[in-house]
Amino acid sequence: MHSAKNVGLPDPQKPRAWAAAFFTCALLLMIGVLTAPLKAQDKNPLAGDPKAAKLGEFEFRANCAFCHGLGARGGGRGPDLTRAKKRHGSTDADLFRTINDGVPGTAMPPNGATQQGVGMTEEEIWQVISYIRSVEKKADAAAVGNAAHGKELFNGTAGCSMCHMIQGKGGRIGPDLSATGSTRSTDYIVESLRSPGRRLAQGISEAMKEFSQEYETVKVETAGGQKFMGVVLNEDHFTLQMMDTREQIHLFEKDKLRSFEKSRESLMPAYDQKTLSDKDLQDLVAYLLGVGVQ
Amino acid sequence: MNGAIEERFLDSAGRPFAGAKGKKKRRPASLRMTVVMRLAFLVSAISVGFALDVSAQVTLQRLLDSAKEPQNWLMYSGDYAGHRFSALDQINASNAAMLVPKWAYQTMAGGKFETTPLVVDGILYGTGQDNRAFALDARSGRPIWQYQRALAADIRPCCGRVNRGLAILGERVFLGTLDAHVLALDAKTGNVVWDATAVDYRRGYSITLAPLVIKNLVLIGVSGGEYGIRGFIDAYDAATGERKWRFYTIPGPGEPGHDSWEGDSWKIGGAPAWITGTYDPATNTTFWTTGNPSPSNRGEGRAGDNLYSNCLLALDPDTGKLKWYFQFSKHDEHDYDATQVPVMVDQGERHLILQANRNGFFYLIDRSNGKLEFANPFAKVTWSDSKDASGAPIARKDASPTLEGNRVCPGAAGATNWMSPTYDPQTQLFYVTAREQCDVFSTAPQPYEAGHAYYGSAYFPNDDAAPFTGALRAIDPNTGKLKWEWKHPSPTWAGVLSTAGGLVFTGDAEGNFIALEAGSSKALWHFQCGASVYSSPMSFAIDGKQYVAVAAGSALFTFGLP
Repeated sequence: MHSAKNVGLPDPQKPRAWAAAFFTCALLLMIGVLTAPLKAQDKNPLAGDPKAAKLGEFEFRANCAFCHGLGARGGGRGPDLTRAKKRHGSTDADLFRTINDGVPGTAMPPNGATQQGVGMTEEEIWQVISYIRSVEKKADAAAVGNAAHGKELFNGTAGCSMCHMIQGKGGRIGPDLSATGSTRSTDYIVESLRSPGRRLAQGISEAMKEFSQEYETVKVETAGGQKFMGVVLNEDHFTLQMMDTREQIHLFEKDKLRSFEKSRESLMPAYDQKTLSDKDLQDLVAYLLGVGVQ
Repeated sequence: MNGAIEERFLDSAGRPFAGAKGKKKRRPASLRMTVVMRLAFLVSAISVGFALDVSAQVTLQRLLDSAKEPQNWLMYSGDYAGHRFSALDQINASNAAMLVPKWAYQTMAGGKFETTPLVVDGILYGTGQDNRAFALDARSGRPIWQYQRALAADIRPCCGRVNRGLAILGERVFLGTLDAHVLALDAKTGNVVWDATAVDYRRGYSITLAPLVIKNLVLIGVSGGEYGIRGFIDAYDAATGERKWRFYTIPGPGEPGHDSWEGDSWKIGGAPAWITGTYDPATNTTFWTTGNPSPSNRGEGRAGDNLYSNCLLALDPDTGKLKWYFQFSKHDEHDYDATQVPVMVDQGERHLILQANRNGFFYLIDRSNGKLEFANPFAKVTWSDSKDASGAPIARKDASPTLEGNRVCPGAAGATNWMSPTYDPQTQLFYVTAREQCDVFSTAPQPYEAGHAYYGSAYFPNDDAAPFTGALRAIDPNTGKLKWEWKHPSPTWAGVLSTAGGLVFTGDAEGNFIALEAGSSKALWHFQCGASVYSSPMSFAIDGKQYVAVAAGSALFTFGLP
């Protein structure tokens, strides 16, 4: 509902506006006949315009920084947009679509539909794209580590795959990491390994809910005395949906539980130097970054 | 059926409301106009120029006496005092657990659904996203008419294509639009009766609030604090749509307060007025609140207090003349709009305004002169650590946004926001939705460009402060002290309704609509609406049955006893 449109609707109460619109349409039709059938939205009409990029930075701050951070470097919430390769497409047209329509199934909302920020016009969206291009790295830095060894660690001694899935293989209790390499900065991935509780990963996002569910740790004891520990899949004031460490999903009414305890200490162990050397860490990061690039 | 309720059921003429007894089925008063009455109306309309209060459906007297007809909800906050309190008690603490959904009306529109509907004599009038308006059979939710304004592609609503509701007078309902028009719609057909342009929307103006009718005037305020507008409050003749007065919320050259702005900054200084005001008939004063100065998070270039941004204004509704003002956040740099309904409460000889402000303080103000009685924090506050001689909080120098970011509480969305509080005369408590979220505020020297977003900044949640939570807080207005709280798992945008049944109703971001015991915060009932609640509930009755209504997702839900 919130799409920016190419041409503003003329006000029917203003005959002059209609006349102008008719003239514009006629002109556009003539141009359309005379020029190659290049769709206007395929390329950023403001590409390379430093003024547009500057205006785009203001728009970005107002509309995007809330999740994507200052400088588009990503935050706990939104992906790092300085990466050359974007998860949902890297062309101008892809970026325009992502910004205008949002990404279904993710926390990325359609343009202007949220509490944060304002709705953007088509021109302003192109300005934002100009800004993103201006802070984008030319190419994603080649990973310094050994991705093949990283994969071995992931599926073997480091134990990552016990909880995390990549492309359909692995555990379910932690976040699926198939897309992490294409959306998160190296710093974020390193932090997630060294101190996983520092910023909890996001789980389910609901259409109108401001904050996504996070991977909080939860311990419960049922009225019958059964104890479960796991992660919160979703929670409201009255109910809890959780997955325990054996990947069983439990649905509880909180007031029927004997005890209920939540923690922002991640269930994931912190990988310090002893459990994962800097070299191995580099290899793991190289693997994750490689997975994300298609 | 509850006998006390039946007695209160009066129709527009003061007769017992037909449905209350459940015997004779009579049509609502509005539909029972005889031919003679219609002719009389026509004649009187022609002879006195559409004097709406002669034989119309909702007279000014009915608006003034809204307490006498609790089965109806005649204005945004339920009454002129802004109490959002329903005197209906059929649904109460003993039976609230039995509440069931009665009907839902789907707008099928996306985005936030913020309306508080009106109910008049069995008909419910609501608004939806993108300036939809509708009239429904309040018994069944079946539509009588539906209206949607054709909006231009380049309208500039800052924070969603929202609308909070209608006002009613006579046979007309009034709608403020996202392209900054004020419309009168025929309450029986939804046809546009008049269409007044408040201002050119392309400069960043929009209207999202429910208008307020006082006498023969329709009062509105504008949104646009994110676009560098110059805010104002307008009054339109309900009969003709002619503008009768405008109060600019930023004084022009030569006017008192003009020197609270640096240079020409007053021209683009914001101070919108985007929440419905209240009205004190005893003193003929209307109370309105204003929003942030523009740009919202950058004070450089607009040195001074920036009057009348973030103010409570006492205006003469006949002329728009300012009687007095009280400014909550001077020279604001944190987007602390004061646009929360200013709630009127009387305690003997004391005539007060209560406001839990977005800046985190609960204020008690003498509404006869605007003098502050006290201000007490009701949520976490770091922007202020001292008070002036009058007891008003003062901003810390080091709370200003910086280039790299400065963490301040409350965050930009505030300790509360536009969602309505309620005052319950039975418990004598003030209930407000509180948000506990701190933000990192960063600034940027953004140039003004007409019609473009003008924040001068960015803000984002501070991860150290996670998780962000919320609460419904019951505050004793005499002390500002917390009486009880109900914790929300995450911050909510739902307002609060209190009822004579000893209940308060609110919603949460997780989609629950909840009934709590007004005295104790005990949850008695809840219903999962399937989407976050971004609206303030209301209550009405028809056929002797009480309903509670709330908008969530794209649906308006009503609940009642089985």
